[in-house]
Amino acid sequence: MAETAVKEKESVFQFGKKERKLLTDPLNDNNPITVQVLGICSALAVTSLVYPSLVMAIAVVFVCAFSSLFTSLLRNYIPKSVRMIVQLVIIASLVTVVELTLKYLNYPVYKQLSVYIGLIITNCIVMGRLEAFSMANKPWRSFLDGVGNGLGYGVILVAVGVVREIFGKGSLFAGSPIELKIIGPTANYLINTTDSVMFGWYANNNLMVLPASAMFIIGIMIWIQRSYNTKLVDVS
Amino acid sequence: MESTKYVIIFILILTGAVAISLTGLREATKSQAATNEDIFNKRAILTAVENYLPGGKKVSELSDQEVLALFDEMKQPVVNMEGEPIEGVKAEDINMAKERKKPEPERRLPVYIYEHDGEKFYILSVRGNGLWDEIWGNIALKSDLNTVAGAAFDHKGETPGLGAEIKDNPAFAKQFQGKKIYDDGEYVSIKVRKGGAKDDTYEVDGISGATVTADGVEEMLYRGIKYYQPYLKDLKQQSLLVQ
Repeated sequence: MAETAVKEKESVFQFGKKERKLLTDPLNDNNPITVQVLGICSALAVTSLVYPSLVMAIAVVFVCAFSSLFTSLLRNYIPKSVRMIVQLVIIASLVTVVELTLKYLNYPVYKQLSVYIGLIITNCIVMGRLEAFSMANKPWRSFLDGVGNGLGYGVILVAVGVVREIFGKGSLFAGSPIELKIIGPTANYLINTTDSVMFGWYANNNLMVLPASAMFIIGIMIWIQRSYNTKLVDVS
Repeated sequence: MESTKYVIIFILILTGAVAISLTGLREATKSQAATNEDIFNKRAILTAVENYLPGGKKVSELSDQEVLALFDEMKQPVVNMEGEPIEGVKAEDINMAKERKKPEPERRLPVYIYEHDGEKFYILSVRGNGLWDEIWGNIALKSDLNTVAGAAFDHKGETPGLGAEIKDNPAFAKQFQGKKIYDDGEYVSIKVRKGGAKDDTYEVDGISGATVTADGVEEMLYRGIKYYQPYLKDLKQQSLLVQ
């Protein structure tokens, strides 16, 4: 009896092949944005700069992970008839936690992300994982699944942000303490287009600042992903 | 299926627990969050006099304490639409969005009098409509009450890359430096000209693709600075008396 109890204790936080798969699957084979095409709204809207994208990514990882954890802990007590309302209450309160924390720690970024923090509530990725996974799995695994899906979303968000910021503004991490100015028309930039022989022709691409460019970039990412990951091609 | 009683009790406990913990968190972060917002707004106002900050610094290089100290030093009168000062209220306590909802004669106008190297700057707040939503700005006049020392704009929801350039592209606001709002004593404000400014003193270049926002800026400046006319006239008369 004592032996089995110890074994069970160990298995609560065990990290094996299955658990690793929960984390890595959403990064590639089951990416919420490029494969399931969820959460596109915020992926188009907040990715014009890297720093807000990064903050948004962290916020979604947090909300996704902890809403999965709490839903999973409560899964045997949640009345089936109101389970969606309960999930929404959990997600909404975590989003409020993110909002209050951001207001407390970094007000300018809070201003920049404005409504999109609140809109995490409606992000299909979060609620989708609660319905599909957390309602039927144990807390630790649900937590990992939430982290994985949040990361899968965040990786794409930051990647799109990098492309858009470099070509749209000529900078990286603008607005953060580690701002990098790469290419632009003043001496503050690494490559100064006004006196550079090679890059004198260069101008920022205004399309990259608009949300529509994220659509193209995500499209190209999906194309690249499918061209080397042939498993995905036959899925749909 | 669970009984209705269980469902109701479950929901009550859950929402109760959530409400209590969120209220606790909000109360704990409230004062710091209010300070952060205050500093954010004050930095926006200081952007109008960015060229005249102590030590030649930029707004982003000022520490939070320096920002608050600068505002403590400033005179902050609030005037009514007749230019008469209103006692007992500071300019930084005025919420422009709320003032704009009042009927025109009841509005209160904030003025920030910033001093640098013995020169006075009068920072005026203006607010108007862009294409999608409200736009607002602060415009600093030099002590002659005619020449613009600087301007800064912000917006709620203009299109990124187009209308949002009034904030994102520092070159747009920079154009206002050195412009004048009076032509031979007559109030003319500053025009935002589509296709490029034709007049060096009273016009700035518009933004291609953002005609409505640019027109909004022009309208906002014309109307906003006009509200201050009685106050500015009084100021001028006072300075004539002193001479």
